[in-house]
Amino acid sequence: MEQLLSLFVRAVFIENMALAFFLGICSFIAISKKVETAIGLGIAVIVVQTITLPANNLVYTYLLKDGALAWAGLPELDLSYLSFLTFIGVIAAIVQILEMTLDRYLPALYNALGIFLPLITVNCVIMAGALFMQERDYNFAESVVYGVGSGFSWALAIALLAGIREKLKYADVPNGLQGLGITFIIIGLMSLGFMSFSGIQL
Amino acid sequence: MAKSITAREVLFDPVFKNNPVILQILGICSALAVTSNLNTSLVMAIALTSVTAFSNLFIAMIRNQIPSSIRMIVQMVIIASLVIVVDQILRAYAFTLAKQLSVFVGLIITNCIVMGRAEAFAMQNPPWRSFLDGIGNGLGYSLLLIMLGTVRELFGAGKLMGYEILPLDTNGGWYVPNGLLLLPPSAFFLIGFFIWALRMWKKEQQEKPDFRLAPQMKEEE
Repeated sequence: MEQLLSLFVRAVFIENMALAFFLGICSFIAISKKVETAIGLGIAVIVVQTITLPANNLVYTYLLKDGALAWAGLPELDLSYLSFLTFIGVIAAIVQILEMTLDRYLPALYNALGIFLPLITVNCVIMAGALFMQERDYNFAESVVYGVGSGFSWALAIALLAGIREKLKYADVPNGLQGLGITFIIIGLMSLGFMSFSGIQL
Repeated sequence: MAKSITAREVLFDPVFKNNPVILQILGICSALAVTSNLNTSLVMAIALTSVTAFSNLFIAMIRNQIPSSIRMIVQMVIIASLVIVVDQILRAYAFTLAKQLSVFVGLIITNCIVMGRAEAFAMQNPPWRSFLDGIGNGLGYSLLLIMLGTVRELFGAGKLMGYEILPLDTNGGWYVPNGLLLLPPSAFFLIGFFIWALRMWKKEQQEKPDFRLAPQMKEEE
């Protein structure tokens, strides 16, 4: 239990997806002009990450891993080289199903999150979560915790950035730095701030 | 309109005029994490350029056979297969580099440049032209990656590709390395400055501010 808790804290603060690993930066910059939309996208990422990571974990453990197909009578088979293709397929399928289910049963939520869902398939955070899970060999419980934690870390970062960018309109930014340039420098400063967590041993 | 563009423009426009990373904010995700030294930057640049070029080529070859309702999935499968090939080659011939790049080779799949060019260019253009476009966009990305990698490794560690260029303080030289450049935040600062420099040079790329502060009024006397 304690180990899972420390995994969560590490995923959120020390190994922040956006600020320490630079993942999902494309949408991180494109969708962070307003706090509300930023939080919407953040929540969508948490939801998708929490569902897809354990799903990918199951697929990996029971189908792809070296010797995972022993239950089917094929103990020598190692399909782990197919993991990229499988993970992206699982992610795309789950996002699609989620979109249709929300549309059918929870239209209010669909209206809030719907526009963000297609964006999420190509968001590196989701794919990177799956690949980190594979590289670090997480078990099922760890993959659930890591999914929630890494999704939350990204949502936290984008909400903070959007808050800063909203205030930025009061600043007099040099011409060439306007827009994209200053945003990068702000992200750099935020990342510097988050680095202060990196000394923590858990 | 598409006819009037020459092959040369297809190849070189994305490098300076319409750089995918700096102007369209595409594919930055992986551009930052691998640039702390020049070796990994180079490998990543080559990997991405070849994936973009070949995925464009193959998608353009079958573009008339792809039903438009499932085109995303078809593109995704082609891209993912190419990335698997690249990953296996790296693991076979450059295992230590592949370990350093860790998940970032896999993340080429979700790199917006590859998908974006497939969707925007390869679906409408013949194979050879699409191949050139893929190389051009790959080069645009590579240029930025190599610039970042050079600056970060040279000033962060005093080395280039592992060879000492600036004599280090610790080895009796004069250069005290700036460790910040090896850490994540520096990549953001450097890209910010690159964008600034490029936009001072090409003024038409500057963004208009959403708001302007009203000039301060003189107090009535």
